[in-house]
Amino acid sequence: MARSKNRMSNEINAGSMADIAFLLLIFFLVTTTIASDKGILNFLPPKQDPNVPPPDIKKNERNIFNVLINANNDLLVEGEYRRKAEGLDKEFKEFILNFGAPDEDGVALFNSLPASLQSQALRRQDSSDHPGEAVISIKTNRGTSYAVFLEVFDNAKKAYFDIYAERVGITADEYRALTGDDETSKALQDKGKEGIPMAISIAEPDKIGGN
Amino acid sequence: MAKFKKERKGQEQINTSALPDIIFMLLFFFMVTTVLREQDILVEQKIPQSTQLQKLQNKTLISYVFIGKPKNTGLYGSEPRVQANDVLISTPEIVQWVNQERDKLAEADRGSITISMKVDKDVKMGPISDVQTELRNADARKVLYASTGKIYED
Repeated sequence: MARSKNRMSNEINAGSMADIAFLLLIFFLVTTTIASDKGILNFLPPKQDPNVPPPDIKKNERNIFNVLINANNDLLVEGEYRRKAEGLDKEFKEFILNFGAPDEDGVALFNSLPASLQSQALRRQDSSDHPGEAVISIKTNRGTSYAVFLEVFDNAKKAYFDIYAERVGITADEYRALTGDDETSKALQDKGKEGIPMAISIAEPDKIGGN
Repeated sequence: MAKFKKERKGQEQINTSALPDIIFMLLFFFMVTTVLREQDILVEQKIPQSTQLQKLQNKTLISYVFIGKPKNTGLYGSEPRVQANDVLISTPEIVQWVNQERDKLAEADRGSITISMKVDKDVKMGPISDVQTELRNADARKVLYASTGKIYED
């Protein structure tokens, strides 16, 4: 008796299975946020000891590429007024690769670069001596918008990554995706960076236009 | 003519027995990729866009701070605030928060803690610089300015 009953309900009706699955699917579709841990990496300088005065670094003016962003989000690039940050990456790149007056290491570095990068050296006397000396300085006011600052910082990073990538012969996107976990990617990373430190200095904002 | 009609009738029903399988496949995809929101975000978050994005490998080392105008301006005012974990904190409390976050990590990883700063577009540099000063005090010097990709034109 029980057996025959069993036989009757041998097949479960799977017609509503799709509905149940749909319900779950919609739940997960709604709650999902595809996590993105992407962003622009920055290393802050170490904490300053209040008892020790900040080191007095003497650097030639020509080796510093100054970008000032004021509280109205206007830019002052090497003393020149600018409304937009567009195109700054090219200027940064020219500045880094200027090789105006390279020392011994600078010459060795220049000779190690591929021809495509060598040809970009403008050798202007009023620009940087060599990449090891070049510093990009970004200074903001307290009232400067974060978005504009990030755009300039992004441009500075782009200049360096473009140089690194071109040096090892891959695209900038590929270079940035290098993890440094395995030996080949670490070697590529180091080869790109060698002798060209990413020198982006972010000055403490001054008090104008903020609180 | 009649014959033609009959053939059409035969094809009218589509076999849907594979439908649940397809739906389940989609379901599993979303179940695997989903990250359930573990905290309410109390400040506005319109993340700026940029091009030079890097991805961090080790997610466990990341701690998040959210900076922006509070959503509930009646309660918290309209000045940008810092949110860590589930609460809005004042700037000097950041050092303590960083130390708490660092204690959660394995001992070997404590030096390489990364702070992901999720900052709203409309925030000014002032509060951000204050936060960075505190992070320097806490010796958590690796920061990530969280940002989404921009479509790049050459």
